Amino acid sequence: MSTEKHAAAARKYLKDTAKVDWQDETLWLVRGKRDRLSKQIPEWEALRDAASRIKLYSNSHLPELLEQFESHAVANGAIVHWAKDAGEYRDIIGGLLTGHGVRLFVKSKSMLSEECGLVPYLEGLGIEAVETDLGERIIQLMGLKPSHIVLPAVHIKREEVGRLFEKEMGTEPGNSDPTYLTHAARRNLRQYFLKADAAMTGGNFAVASTGEVVVCTNEGNADMGTSAAPLQIAAFGIDKIVPDRESLGVFTRLLARTATGQPVTTYTTHYSAPRKGTEFHIVIVDNGRSRILADREHFRLLNCIRCGGCMNTCPVYRRSGGYSYSHFIPGPVGVNLGMASDPDRHKGNLSACTLCHSCEMVCPAKVDLAEQIYRWRQHYHTSAGKKAISDGMAFLMGGPGRFGAGLTVGPGAMKALKAVGGHWGKGREFPDIVSSKNLESIEKQDHGK
Amino acid sequence: MKVALFIPCYVRAVAPSVIEASYKLLRYLGVDVAVPEGQTCCGQPMGNAGYEDEAEHLKKRFEKIFEEYDVIVGPSPSCVVYVRERYGELFRGRIYEICEYVHDVLKPTSLPGRFPHRVSLHNNCHGTRLEGLAAPSELNVPYFNKLKDLLSLVEGIEVVEPERPDECCGFGGLFSIEESAVSVKMGEDKVRRHLATGAEYVTAADSSCLMHQGGIIAAQKLPLKTIHIVEILASGL
Ligand code: SF4
Repeated sequence: MSTEKHAAAARKYLKDTAKVDWQDETLWLVRGKRDRLSKQIPEWEALRDAASRIKLYSNSHLPELLEQFESHAVANGAIVHWAKDAGEYRDIIGGLLTGHGVRLFVKSKSMLSEECGLVPYLEGLGIEAVETDLGERIIQLMGLKPSHIVLPAVHIKREEVGRLFEKEMGTEPGNSDPTYLTHAARRNLRQYFLKADAAMTGGNFAVASTGEVVVCTNEGNADMGTSAAPLQIAAFGIDKIVPDRESLGVFTRLLARTATGQPVTTYTTHYSAPRKGTEFHIVIVDNGRSRILADREHFRLLNCIRCGGCMNTCPVYRRSGGYSYSHFIPGPVGVNLGMASDPDRHKGNLSACTLCHSCEMVCPAKVDLAEQIYRWRQHYHTSAGKKAISDGMAFLMGGPGRFGAGLTVGPGAMKALKAVGGHWGKGREFPDIVSSKNLESIEKQDHGK
Repeated sequence: MKVALFIPCYVRAVAPSVIEASYKLLRYLGVDVAVPEGQTCCGQPMGNAGYEDEAEHLKKRFEKIFEEYDVIVGPSPSCVVYVRERYGELFRGRIYEICEYVHDVLKPTSLPGRFPHRVSLHNNCHGTRLEGLAAPSELNVPYFNKLKDLLSLVEGIEVVEPERPDECCGFGGLFSIEESAVSVKMGEDKVRRHLATGAEYVTAADSSCLMHQGGIIAAQKLPLKTIHIVEILASGL
């Protein structure tokens, strides 16, 4: 995560052109797969409409749907907890783990745990948390944060993974064959699955009519963990609720196709009841979501199903990488979620958008991502230079005389603009200010003929 | 019916020939187009940068100038979309981007002149995704491209598209200054893909994208020229 403004962090990131191009191509490939798959579904756009409407319905009926979920979950034998913020979430999970004497626990990928700082908190309690999704595990072993919400290690080259595994798991020196490394990771993780005292997952969806928590993964590691441990925890945000299994089907058709260009995730697990002799705890978290819901300009953010599609398509994200953003979620949705959580801290990300609107058209749940960035910009200004230029233009355009005069002094004005703005001139020439001639006169000349 | 030509400020500043071409094209197609005096800027650059309220006086000026017209036509998708979307109801249904107007309303079946060149078409963001000039690559909708349709009326032209035909070129108004490093990189990638088509010209419906891409082309001294699509359509006039 960057502590400086996106523009400054991105400028540094862009110095390694080969890496930037590789990252851009990798993510664009994922977008391409998504395009091909989505075009095989004739009703694709209708599905997106349905997803958007279901989310708007669910998020505007949260109290009844969440209570319905709870009553079914309890009837299924689960124990339900409610957390209003990150602190309560950490306390509940920390309390469960310490209460059960857990020293080691396995978890599968959960952006909510990142959001709430769970792993560092547990470390403080002396509990070791092992990430079991391959990408997350790589990131964890490297001591890094995810750079993408679905492909957390997308910025790591396989050679780097080879070297890491050599050190951590004793793999052959110099071998960075993906299949070999995946097998090594699998063997290595097995011992943790067997030893772990507890297993935790996030939740992609929570089905109100059945009380099921639905987890979509590709590696099956979530299932390995939850199948062995005596204590299972699933935690999710209140915006994950869907009314019933029928509506769930709309999202499972969209999620993997948009996220990775697969027809469906390899595993779509519905967790409802604890296994015999074990406990199943469900933690439902608000942590600012109800505040977003109350915000007229930004409530559609809660439509997000965290597919990562907007990142893959974002031309700025693809060329600036996940760590150029100050929020733990980067890309179009991250810019918005950061602003929704702490605007003063994250307004430096607002510049990271050309308003190209590609994200809005990729988004399976039709979050109005670009429009929301436009709206944040109206309330949070990011740079004095930009304001000076904008003010200057607004003044210049205030009357045709001023504008005409501005054009006459065009080259000088452009130089000034360059000075204020900084870097237009690097790698890119300024256009010539062609003329200040009175274009309106073409009409008169023409009619005079 | 009163039709007015809207002259976006930066088009006037960097590509006034586009205005003359727009005027000629509309006249040729039988439109008695007026060019109202006193035009400056619609306020889009300020709005996109976060200062919509400070451009309120520009909106008022625009409204005063164009109120009396039944149809307003401008050679810039992003400005047209800005006025349509941000000005409330006033101009909805009567402001058009010029290619849209020519394609959907005037519907010419031929155009005079020849343009015997290979031309790489940049499908710019606002034209494609907000104005509906072409099917956006993201959507599962039947393919269409109004710009290609119009260009096909010009004799001798060969129209090609770069790889990633509607990926953003990185201009983005004040984005190009505030995020200049990313902006230049995006522009370089875009221009490289145009070059790979073997085209002599890059064309688009938006002069701002062309100004940005042209800046990269000039800095790298590449064998490419930029030309606004209306200048091609009006090349025989
Ligand atoms: S905003 Fe849309 S595209 Fe982006 S992660 Fe969320 S659901 Fe996916």
